[in-house]
Order: sequence, then structure tokens, then C-alpha cells
Amino acid sequence: MEAIEQHEGLVYPLNRANIDTDQIIPKQFLKRIERTGFGQFLFYNWRFNEDGSLKEDFSMNDPKYEGASILLAGENFGCGSSREHAPWALEDYGFKVIIAPSFADIFYNNALKNGIILIKLDEAQIKEWQNQSEDGELKLSVDLPNQTITDEAGKVVGFEIPAYHKEKLINGWDDIALTLLMEEKISEFENGAQA
Amino acid sequence: MGKPKTIIEKVWEQHVVHREEGKPDLLYIDQHLVHEVTSPQAFEGLRLANRKVRRPDLTYATMDHNVPTKNRDVVKDEISRKQMETLRKNCEDFGIKLADMFHPDQGIVHVIGPQLGLTQPGKTIVCGDSHTSTHGAFGALAFGIGTSEVEHVLATQTIWQDRPKTLNVKVEGDLGPGVTAKDLILAIIAKFGVRFGTGYVMEYTGEAIRKLSMEERMTICNMSIEGGARAGLISPDETTVEFLRGREYVPKDEEFDRISEEWLALATDEGAVYDHTVTINAAEVEPQVTWGTNPGMGVPVSGATPRVAESDNPYEVERALEYMGLEENQPITSIEIDHVFIGSCTNSRLSDLKKAAAIVEGKQVKDTIKAIVVPGSFSVKLQAEKEGIDKIFKEAGFEWRDSGCSMCLGMNDDIVPVGGRCASTSNRNFEGRQGNGARTHLVSPEMAAAAAIEGRFVDVRHFAGVAL
Repeated sequence: MEAIEQHEGLVYPLNRANIDTDQIIPKQFLKRIERTGFGQFLFYNWRFNEDGSLKEDFSMNDPKYEGASILLAGENFGCGSSREHAPWALEDYGFKVIIAPSFADIFYNNALKNGIILIKLDEAQIKEWQNQSEDGELKLSVDLPNQTITDEAGKVVGFEIPAYHKEKLINGWDDIALTLLMEEKISEFENGAQA
Repeated sequence: MGKPKTIIEKVWEQHVVHREEGKPDLLYIDQHLVHEVTSPQAFEGLRLANRKVRRPDLTYATMDHNVPTKNRDVVKDEISRKQMETLRKNCEDFGIKLADMFHPDQGIVHVIGPQLGLTQPGKTIVCGDSHTSTHGAFGALAFGIGTSEVEHVLATQTIWQDRPKTLNVKVEGDLGPGVTAKDLILAIIAKFGVRFGTGYVMEYTGEAIRKLSMEERMTICNMSIEGGARAGLISPDETTVEFLRGREYVPKDEEFDRISEEWLALATDEGAVYDHTVTINAAEVEPQVTWGTNPGMGVPVSGATPRVAESDNPYEVERALEYMGLEENQPITSIEIDHVFIGSCTNSRLSDLKKAAAIVEGKQVKDTIKAIVVPGSFSVKLQAEKEGIDKIFKEAGFEWRDSGCSMCLGMNDDIVPVGGRCASTSNRNFEGRQGNGARTHLVSPEMAAAAAIEGRFVDVRHFAGVAL
């Protein structure tokens, strides 16, 4: 996965709670055997009509959000199915950062494996930025090493992230390569468990 | 005697390969279950890095999500066919046992694991599917993972995991007559919400849980993820041991006696402390029906949809009602359906089918309704046919299908059309889950069966001709 330290980008606010992975990427797109190209199907049933035309009343289709790379969402983002196609679709579409009051457990891990920065913030702050990005246009600047988000007015908001997760994102580590360095310990465990 | 421990802590501690302060633990995985949808990219990753599967002997694959439930010989959908062919090739190349579409052990991955005895108390079990929590019914620590994690487990037989907090879901009292395990878990999620389990592993405790059969316990644990918990489990007891005795992958004879002692010793110790406890009274649970677009949006069948203004989150409630095509404060028994689905990893086992069959026996599915029964595995299907259950369903007007995930998520041809309304024994009522624009109401098999006959939801406890 790609290393990520800083990110500045346009905000898209999706003010809904419990956005499940069935909405992020509907099942009809899970049949592909590739890991890439899922961005076009992101939020498919919300973005598109049956005939493939854009749904005008869905805010993501507003041209002012074109190129957005920071997603603001409601509580429990990514609940439901374990499909990693969800972070693949978000990442491929261009979202590098997702800010929400809480995330579902499986989604959190899956997103982390794909270099997406997930930030938990309190609802009031999210609401403030949501309103700003709905009224006008909002850019945010995320600094992962310093764990801060800065808005265009210069407001700086800190966030928590487990040190190990931060380290992984910043270094873009491949988990498997790291784990294979512990081959001996795994073998020891296997021998012990089967003795 | 050390400090009393929960089963969650015991199983976790037994599987820690490596621990370092400030980092997740590296856990050993005893059983990896694989299916066609979330594995192709993982195998491809192994190939690109020239890696092998570390323990093909601890890995077992089947095809379930995509498989047609009729006319299996022709998979019309080219992409589905390719995905299944890819799994076959991957299993061949990496030496993994596969129960393919035509294999007698084929079925929904969470139905066949227990059926074959691959699922055992104290095991760590993972699968690229969030309903892996099902296996927790046996006192296994079982949870869903993403495809990168599937690849990691294939390559290393381990996984990095943050130590979870422990949550005791205590069920006091007894379930009333005609109230099922499905109603209990739906009521738990309706009461505590769809995220009360986030960051936790749940253990279901209490007398009502102890009285449940293994198949009912699987229904409960299956939906742990719908309450936000990756894993939910139940301490093993004699019911667990008896279910597993004689199953294909379970040790035999004296070895079975020895291992069953070990299993029973895993049960949570008296006096063990959980990070958090929630309590529900089983006696107060009625048959449940979900009205909205997440599994927490459920009410008793005697109830009604919420009033928007009085709800905690008017915006979400209004959106859900709109999607579902329902009015606020609409009585549940006034909701008419046009589809019935009996199946899925929640409710497709033999006892589920028998209970639903008992409701429909000698009656007719309403003529406006399309109703299908999809057994959870090939073996469940055969056994049901041996007992004549298929005939009961067919005579009542149900279609009797081959096993698979089917209409739970509509990855094959079994979908609910736009605007269609389905009484479903599955686990998720998300927008578009059963088909784009489809409306899903989650219920027990008995409630689904009664709805098929009446064409609308009815309280199965007062359903004509049924002795409970």
C-alpha cells in the first residue's frame, strides 16, 4: 500500500449514519476478480438511476464536489458486510481520508490495509464542517504525524489514532512481509500447539 | 486457581503467537474458511509475491454466494462463472480442499463448517465474510475479515488483532411459546442498536441461551455483527458436545472424550468480569419484524412503525420509511408482502425448515406471492427431502431450491425486483440488499411462513391451526 503522511483536499459531506458496505459498493460489483477499478461503482445505487443516468438529487453528483478526496460521514460508517471492495471503491474513487464519529470494526481494518486515513471526531465538529462544505466549498488539510486537521479559516483540530496504525499508514507497510519475519515464532507456536 | 476468565479471554490467550506493548496481538488461526467472492484478489496477491498457502490443511473452501439455486449446470452469468472457476483453479494450485457446486458437502460456508465439525469450541476461525460470527455458537472465536486479511491468513496462518473488549449479553428469563431465537436476536439489536457491540466480542449468557439448540445458538451468534460486534459466542456445554459427536472432522472415541473435556473447560469462569454487560428479559420478547433499512429498526409484530417526530433520529427514520414505502405509525400487520425468502446463514438449517414447514402444512401460499425455500447446504436439502419437508413446501406453493446464499444478497438470479417487498429470514435489510430498490423485512422462519400464507405479517402465535 502507498505511504501517506499529509493530505489536503476537497470535502464531500455525506450526512448519514450507519452507511453500510452494501451502499458503498452494491453486490452486483463483487463478482469481479480484480482489485482495481471499483471507484466507478462507489455508492452506485445512490448515484445512478436504473438506466445508468446520474441521480440529480444525490448530493455527490453536484459538480461542486467533483474531485473531493475527504469524506465526512455519520456514525458507524462501513457497517455490515466485510467486503474489502468497499475501501477499494472509496480509494479508487479518490477518497484518501474519511472523517466520522465512529467506524465499524471490520471496515476500519480493511480501510487501514488500503492506506485510507480514518479519523474519528466528535459529531459537533463534523457537523460544523458539513455545514460549511454544503454552503460553500471546504478544503481540509490533514497532517498525520502531528495528528491535526486544519481548515481554511486556520482552525486546527487534533485527533486520536492508535500509534501502530499511524506508523503503518506513514510507512505504507506490507503486513505480510512483516509477519513473515516472525516465521520462527509461528512455527514454534505450531509445534507447541500440536505437541 | 488464577483470576476467573471469560471464554473470550481464554481462547484469545491460547492463540497469541506474539505480543508487543502498544501493538495488536499476532493471533494463530485454527480454521480458515474461504468462498468465491472475497478470495480471488487474495490468491492473486500470493501469486504476485510468489508466496504459498502456509497451511492448506487448515483451509477449506466452498462456493455459496454466487451459485444458482436451480439449473446449476448452466451458470448464465459469465462473471459469476469466472469467479467460481477462479476459486476452483486457486484451490487446485494451492492444494486447498474445495466443496464445489456439485459436491455433497457444498453449502453456505457458515452452515457447512458446523455440519462437518470443522467448527469446534476454542478454535479461532476466520472467513472473508462478516457472518463468520455464526461459529461462535460453539464457543469458537470466529470473525469476518477483509480480503487483505484473507491473503495474510493464507500466507501466514496468523492475523494481527487488537485485543477486544468483552461484552456480556445477558438474557434473563425464558422465551415465550412461539418466540424464536431469531426474534430474540432481532429484539436485542432493536433494543441496543446496530453499534453497541463495536470494539467488543460478545458472549451471550443466561438461562434462555442455555436452553437453545445449537442451530438456534447459530442464529443468535450469526447476527452479532448486526449489533456491531465482529464476534459473538456462547460458552460450550453438553448441547455443544452432543451436536459435534460423530461429525466428520471431529476426533473419535477416547480422543473425543478428552477433547470434549477441554471444550467444557473453556466456558466462562464463575465470577469472571466483562468490560460491559447489557441485559434483556426473554419473557418480554415477542415475534419481531423489521420495518426499516438496518437490523436495529425492528418492532414486535403487534407494534407499528415509529412516529418520525418522536424518534431519536427523525432524519434517519424518515429516510428509512420513505425507502420502505411505509407510513409512520403504520401497524406491522397491515404490511402486505409479495416475496418470501426462507434461507441464508441465519435460518436455513434443518430445524428452521421444519418449523416453517409446520406452519405451511396443508395451506396455500397466497397467489400474489413468490415464495422460495433455499436450504443452507446440500446435506440439509437431502435430509429435508428424506423427511418429506420438501413436499410440504412444494404442495403449499413454495419453490424448493438448491443450497446457497441466494436471495439474502441476490448475487445470483434470486433477487427481489424494484419496489418488491420481502419477508426474509436473512440478516440484513439494507437498501438494495435483496435487489436494487427491494424492501426487506427480517423475520423468523415461522413468521415468514405465516406471512406467505396470509400475504401480510401476522402474529404466528395466533396463526390459524397452529398449536404452539
